[in-house]
Amino acid sequence: MTAEIKFYQTGTFTVGNRLLAPELHSVQASIERSNSLNSGHRACQGCGEALGARYAVDAAMRATSNRLIACNATGCLEVFSTPYPETSWQLPWIHSLFGNAAAVGTGIAAALKVKGKTDVRVIAQGGDGGTTDIGFGCLSGMFERNDDVLYICYDNEAYMNTGVQRSSATPPAARTATTMAVGPRPGASFGQGKNLPLIAMAHRIPYVATATVADLHDLEAKVDTAMRVRGARYLHVLVPCPLGWGSASHDTIRLARLARETGLFPVFEAEHGEVTAVTHIRRRVSVLEYLRPQRRFAHLFGTPGHPEMLARIQEEADRNIRRFGLLDASEA
Amino acid sequence: MLRQIEGSRAVAQAVALCRPEVICAYPISPQTHIVEALGEAVKSGALSPCEFINVESEFSAMSVAIGASAAGARAYTATASQGLLFMAEAVYNASGLGLPIVMTVANRAIGAPINIWNDHSDSMSQRDCGWLQLFAENNQEALDLHIQAFKLGEELSMPVMVCMDGFILTHATERVDMPAQPEVDAFLPPYEPRQVLDPSEPVSIGAMVGPEAFMEVRYLAHAKQTMALERIPQIAEEFARRFGRSSGGLVRAYRCEDAETIVVALGSVLGTLKDAADELRDGGVRVGVLGIQSFRPFPLAAVRAALHGAKRVVVLEKSFSVGLGGIVSTDVRVALSGLTLHGYTVIAGLGGRAITKASLVRTLTEAIADRLAPLTFMDLDWRIVERQLQREAATRRSGPVAENLLRDVGPVASKVR
Repeated sequence: MTAEIKFYQTGTFTVGNRLLAPELHSVQASIERSNSLNSGHRACQGCGEALGARYAVDAAMRATSNRLIACNATGCLEVFSTPYPETSWQLPWIHSLFGNAAAVGTGIAAALKVKGKTDVRVIAQGGDGGTTDIGFGCLSGMFERNDDVLYICYDNEAYMNTGVQRSSATPPAARTATTMAVGPRPGASFGQGKNLPLIAMAHRIPYVATATVADLHDLEAKVDTAMRVRGARYLHVLVPCPLGWGSASHDTIRLARLARETGLFPVFEAEHGEVTAVTHIRRRVSVLEYLRPQRRFAHLFGTPGHPEMLARIQEEADRNIRRFGLLDASEA
Repeated sequence: MLRQIEGSRAVAQAVALCRPEVICAYPISPQTHIVEALGEAVKSGALSPCEFINVESEFSAMSVAIGASAAGARAYTATASQGLLFMAEAVYNASGLGLPIVMTVANRAIGAPINIWNDHSDSMSQRDCGWLQLFAENNQEALDLHIQAFKLGEELSMPVMVCMDGFILTHATERVDMPAQPEVDAFLPPYEPRQVLDPSEPVSIGAMVGPEAFMEVRYLAHAKQTMALERIPQIAEEFARRFGRSSGGLVRAYRCEDAETIVVALGSVLGTLKDAADELRDGGVRVGVLGIQSFRPFPLAAVRAALHGAKRVVVLEKSFSVGLGGIVSTDVRVALSGLTLHGYTVIAGLGGRAITKASLVRTLTEAIADRLAPLTFMDLDWRIVERQLQREAATRRSGPVAENLLRDVGPVASKVR
């Protein structure tokens, strides 16, 4: 083994496929990719969820030799991909309800098992509302039974499909349609965003991981790892939403990267309840850099602004950095 | 084979004979003995191949059944009461998607006040959900209807609810004739789905449908129920031919031929009603009983044909639409459209209130004399009702209703008269 080289293109922090060995090229770089979520769907420009889902599902398809079934919670992903009869899904796909994707996944996995089709695998997917709120009971049940389903949460931190209302994944101080930027404590005035990855770990399921759409190669690798494991698995992907966050559509990937580099969104893997790997912060940045481009946090800035809230959010980032050991040895 | 067993165990054995592939279970009285027996059958290997899933709620139970059915498995679950309400969103979804799940509803009252005993409020609350709803009169019929339900549901690709009275049937030990596996196999072919999640032939199931096709999708659900009106009697006939006994069908008339008064009802109360009719017949009163086995689809033509020669119809119901009156009565009135009959609705047996032959004879005698109120609550204790109304008129802070009534009733175990 020669010296370790980090493959980042200058200025972009993007891993360059062409610098990697062919077997390490991303699934999306291959002409053989399945295009599971095909073009022509109706997602907004710059949609992080569409990007994350495309990479995640295609990676799962490759890992299973296209022997994959997907079920979907109600939400943006379901709505923008399937206005009848123009489905974008190129794999067997079912949408039942908002709160039951994990349980439908359990049912599919049970049917496959009883029919001896153990080569066919199941993923269930939903947004943060369908995962951390209304689908939480079904998800916990699926984890607790250790059913053979990979659940992928595309977290954009609010109910975007219904018009940007607060979810239990909404971060402190964020403005949503139900946590308005008015009054003495504008924005989300309670909670710190329900941490589903840690809750998933508490179920001691075989595999839990987080990822962002800033590092799609990492997202693919985690899907691949997840599909090599049997039992309940959970992947939590941060997917910025230009509409809900009030950010420029060309900033989706930059914001996802900043979420990680501030420490606000720790990127890690865990097996059977223990953290096994973390993605280190390469260049530590202040939360201000992440918050300022998002209009959902605009009320925190300016005069008088809310410096106490900015300080609290910075504390949250620092806490994550300490807790998960996010700083590179060279940075720390 | 003749067996002397509890209704729940009989139903569990009948379901097992149908070779379900995925069974989801969440416990609720009085359904528990059914899923316990099935769980034991799966765990012991007696029922194989089958996956038995202990879920965390009824909502999840129906959702797991949806996933399993969509992946091509024969799926079964059972519930009652609050459980049926808790899964309601998924109940509508299963029929909307056209997935032929079979579910036993061990009929029980709905709270508040919480009450575990029998009435029909639970399944009636889901009467418009698109599921077929079959009602069993006794344990033999409950057992037989499950075998017919899988065949019927799978042919039409629609889910079927088999409703059996909680405790009265589920916990009653009766003699039943249990068919043998080869007989059931000959009657019920393996499940051949119309739609299935299969990587070799990918389909999207449950896509969003806008105004351009939604009405047509809903109409097709109705069309399926219309087809069921034809298939239910045919399947019952085939069942009778193969198994040597009549069960199911749309309606069943008892001594209705020359009847001036016909009582319409569903479920286990039909047995008591027939006894009451016999007693009245002995006194020279021309009375008959019409049992409705298929509540959804509602057999309008069969009900009309059975009732049109009568002068008087009494609908006996174990649930009611608060603010209106009878639920079954409304459907019966649609069946009798244009005919002039005296009609009475008798609400009885709510929350397990015993329906005795004596009360039925008394109530029917009043009806036959046309002295009965059009909407009658049989054996209602007017004393405690009036007392509570006076209490509420006198005091703003009159307190919780149910607790007040219980204090007024005093220490009694039941209201059997």
